[in-house]
Amino acid sequence: MPDVQALVNDFVNQLKKRKIEGSQATAKQTAELLRSVISQQRVPHTNQAAALINAVRAVGEQLIAANPVELAVGNIVRRTLHIIREEDLSLATAAMAGLGLSVASDDEDDMERSDHPVLSAAAVAAAARSTLRPPSLQTLLEDMPDSAAVPHTSSSGGDSEGKSRSVDKGSRGRKLKHDVIEAVNELIQDISTCYEQIAEQAVEHIHQNEVILTLGSSKTVLEFLCAAKDKKRSFKVFVAEGAPRYQGHLLAKDLAARGLQTTVITDSAVFAMISRVNMVIVGAHAVMANGGVIAPVGLNMVALAAQRHAVPFVILAGSHKLCPLYPHNPEVLLNELRSPSELLDFGEFSDCMDSASGAGSLHIVNPTFDYVPPKLVSLFITDTGGHNPSYMYRLIADYYSADDLVVKGRPTTGS
Amino acid sequence: MDTRRTPRAVIDPKVRKVGFFAPPEPSQSGLPDPIPLPSSSLSPVMIPPPRHSSENLLHHARPPASVVSGASSVSIEGSVVAGGSYGSSSELFPAPMSPASSSYSSSRFVGGGDGDYCLNGVAVASPGRGGGKAAASFPRGGFELTEAKASSVPASELTTVSVVNDSSLGIRERDKADNGRGSALEMKDQTANSKQKKDKTTKAERRALQEAQRAAKAAAKAEGNKASGNVTSGNAKPAKATKPPQKYEHGSLLPDLEAKFFQLDTVHPAVYKAGLQYLSGNIYGSNARCIAMLQAFQDAIRDYRVPPEKTLVRDLTAKISSYVSFLIECRPLSISMGNAIKFLKTRIAKLPLTLSESESKASLHSDIERFINEKIILADKVIVKHAVTKIRDGDVLLTYGLSSAVEMLLLHAHDLGKQFRVIIVDSRPQLRGKILLRRLVEKGLSCTYTQINALSYIMHEVTRVFLGASSILSNGTVYSGVGTACVAMIAHSFRVPVLVCCEAYKFNERVQLDSICSNELGDPEVISKVLGREDVNYLDGWANTENLQLLNLVYDATPSDYISMIVTDYGMVPPTSVPVIEKEEEEDLTSHHHRRQTGTHKTGNGGDDRVLAPPVEDEEEDDVVATKQRRRPRSDFSYGCTKKKTRWLDGDDAVALGGGGTVAMSWREEERKKDD
Repeated sequence: MPDVQALVNDFVNQLKKRKIEGSQATAKQTAELLRSVISQQRVPHTNQAAALINAVRAVGEQLIAANPVELAVGNIVRRTLHIIREEDLSLATAAMAGLGLSVASDDEDDMERSDHPVLSAAAVAAAARSTLRPPSLQTLLEDMPDSAAVPHTSSSGGDSEGKSRSVDKGSRGRKLKHDVIEAVNELIQDISTCYEQIAEQAVEHIHQNEVILTLGSSKTVLEFLCAAKDKKRSFKVFVAEGAPRYQGHLLAKDLAARGLQTTVITDSAVFAMISRVNMVIVGAHAVMANGGVIAPVGLNMVALAAQRHAVPFVILAGSHKLCPLYPHNPEVLLNELRSPSELLDFGEFSDCMDSASGAGSLHIVNPTFDYVPPKLVSLFITDTGGHNPSYMYRLIADYYSADDLVVKGRPTTGS
Repeated sequence: MDTRRTPRAVIDPKVRKVGFFAPPEPSQSGLPDPIPLPSSSLSPVMIPPPRHSSENLLHHARPPASVVSGASSVSIEGSVVAGGSYGSSSELFPAPMSPASSSYSSSRFVGGGDGDYCLNGVAVASPGRGGGKAAASFPRGGFELTEAKASSVPASELTTVSVVNDSSLGIRERDKADNGRGSALEMKDQTANSKQKKDKTTKAERRALQEAQRAAKAAAKAEGNKASGNVTSGNAKPAKATKPPQKYEHGSLLPDLEAKFFQLDTVHPAVYKAGLQYLSGNIYGSNARCIAMLQAFQDAIRDYRVPPEKTLVRDLTAKISSYVSFLIECRPLSISMGNAIKFLKTRIAKLPLTLSESESKASLHSDIERFINEKIILADKVIVKHAVTKIRDGDVLLTYGLSSAVEMLLLHAHDLGKQFRVIIVDSRPQLRGKILLRRLVEKGLSCTYTQINALSYIMHEVTRVFLGASSILSNGTVYSGVGTACVAMIAHSFRVPVLVCCEAYKFNERVQLDSICSNELGDPEVISKVLGREDVNYLDGWANTENLQLLNLVYDATPSDYISMIVTDYGMVPPTSVPVIEKEEEEDLTSHHHRRQTGTHKTGNGGDDRVLAPPVEDEEEDDVVATKQRRRPRSDFSYGCTKKKTRWLDGDDAVALGGGGTVAMSWREEERKKDD
């Protein structure tokens, strides 16, 4: 499929050059790309789900490698894989129900002969279901002795199933692809409208005459605040400008245009002003599974100041920002250094550098992201509602399959 | 809801130097009294032209940039006429005659009180938004003095100290009531329309006139010397026709001063120069500002002559007060400057009556000289001496903005051959870290430069944080350039020691818990423009956007629990010891002024500083060193209930020792003298 490959390469280039700004745009474009990958993927008669998964995974690997810091790409790849598994499962259960097999009895059988080469549809369903949630103790125990050989994934199950009932295959394969594309479409829809669902909850959180502080710019925050404003709440907003990108200026302008009383402050004045603030509402770049947040640079400072003054620190995040990974040394490993020219003009210090050849040196550090540890976050507001940081791992588990947490390096899965 | 965080509506107009501007009382009367300009708006020498009768005042051709071009409403007899443009609609300006005069007088008494006036002019309210650059040509020589009774200012949630500002209201002027009024009215003698005003002389004006007559210096002298140079940075902006709910505005502006130029005849040129340098930002940093002010006062005292039938003590004090109020016009005083003024006034008050005029002046001159040398220059050297012991090879030092003491410290440590890296954190809008960065890089230090948002990223590698301070308040709060609190907070959260270098003369007995109640406002315009980033122009024209305000705080207050140690000329102390030092310093400055007259700080024996001495009673030791320079007489040793002093250990644990509430002082200076 050369056309798909061209699309993929194009997108990879854009990611590498950091041409795509914002996790929402990235997520949306990733989902659209994966949708075309799926629709172009030729589905064999047997083992359709595995074929799709392999195709998506191969593309996803490239995308993630192109910009490992943009976690939304990986999130969407995993979401798509999850969708494929889910659709396959629902088709399998439907087929099984049509055959009138007893689920309970087959489950029993399955446990007794777990490495039997030929499995029933129910066994497939059970195995597939197990991939939807974090691995249970049972599956862990089953997997432990011979993880490579155990046919617990849907792919091997589908394989065996294909041998037994190949008549059913043709229609089911088309149906699977169709369903997956439908579901991906829904995902794209969700991504583009997630801020609406988040904004609906604004009135529950913003009270009359409150003072809200935010930093930088986020469309979600803009919509959230405006939704509260539309519901006749009157409140004030402080916007920290968010150096070095100064997106706060843009946000302030938009907020003021929408009739909110807005005050722009410098980032350095955050600590000074936070004592008069009732709530900090900010957007995030990504939410990690431990409840930590990868956020625009400067937010850790805001979060610390908010904690000092016991001001609630609220993160707004669409579900595409929920990342199933746990961070390790995120300040460095999940960060990116931007151009020094945002801080100092090119050549601004060249005159004094010449005289100090060798002796002195000048480094410019201009990171993009901050890591806000979960203990500093009071609340996450996602499109499914408000959540505690400690609950994020569970919320995230709903969106991803445990099998997909590592997109790369699972050569044994899929045949 | 936590009541602490609920919006506050307390307004204390007495703390005017802070600069939150509250919405104005709309019933203020304005009496614009513009004067025509000399044709050359950039002339360094401004000579007050004769004023014409009011009808054609506004028909004088003005340079376009010089015009306060926005709509400004003028109130006649206390009522506000909204709309119209100052520059173009001359009909809005009333003849500065009877109605306005009467409103002036009436409002004066309504306003009551002195020093409470929240006054500012259109130019104050409109710092540079219109892009007009020729501030020197501001056509507003004659100023109407209106008083906004501050207590009537509508409460605003953020405004705890109110300075009324509304660009759409008439021209108001903030000034200390008496001085401004006096000098303003003095101008009446020169001008035609003010003579007309004189016909309506009220009680207030008569009183003001008396004060004006007392003023000796002619305005022309000041003009001739000092008008040029710094005065071109003021801008005009269109005032908003629609009254915004509240704008945070710069407290004082050049155009305002320019307008007052003709009235400030009592200001000595040296003071005028210093004031303009504050205003233009050429002198910044509390030490530099304090030195500039004191030197200006030295010049002023040198040229001072006691008027007949006056006593030096009283008249000079009043004189200094008027200078101070002028300086406040230019920029609110820093706390260190306030302390220096307090020192000077005490010295004046304590002048023996037997001294002749010239002797008194010589005495004051040397007092000021000594203050500068001992309290600032030598104190910095002592601080560097102390603090450099905290720098070890391999350290990564972080500093924020530009602090003269920290700069000296870093350079000194570099000269000593210590191997360390410096991380300079900077923040908008002042970006003074760049100045420090340049100075350090030129000297060959290895530096890392970053902006304040990246603190969490960079703090991992930092081993020490050195900060400067504008003042240290007696609850241990460090009052310093905005952003300092953020740096200290993040360092604290990363368990990095925070050392604050601050001279003892900056200590103040005030207490403050947050940064809002008392602060200085910078020019909001600088926030909207990002230096060197033309792509960030979203806020262009923000002044015309309803609901949008820019707030530019100058200082913030760092809670004392973020501070590990304060390095001062008395030694290294924990924040809990600040009130003790403050008390020492106060007594030092006021009562025992002679004790250091022959003494000098010996700071050359740094090696001995490391002697770890157990806490001792200092009483006997003081006797031992009685023949040397005793820092303070024994009578000074009063710390409330205890006279016991702990000798400070010069180790990292020194701070920990002092934190427990016992009075802890550093006596290392005595120690040093003893060692000599």
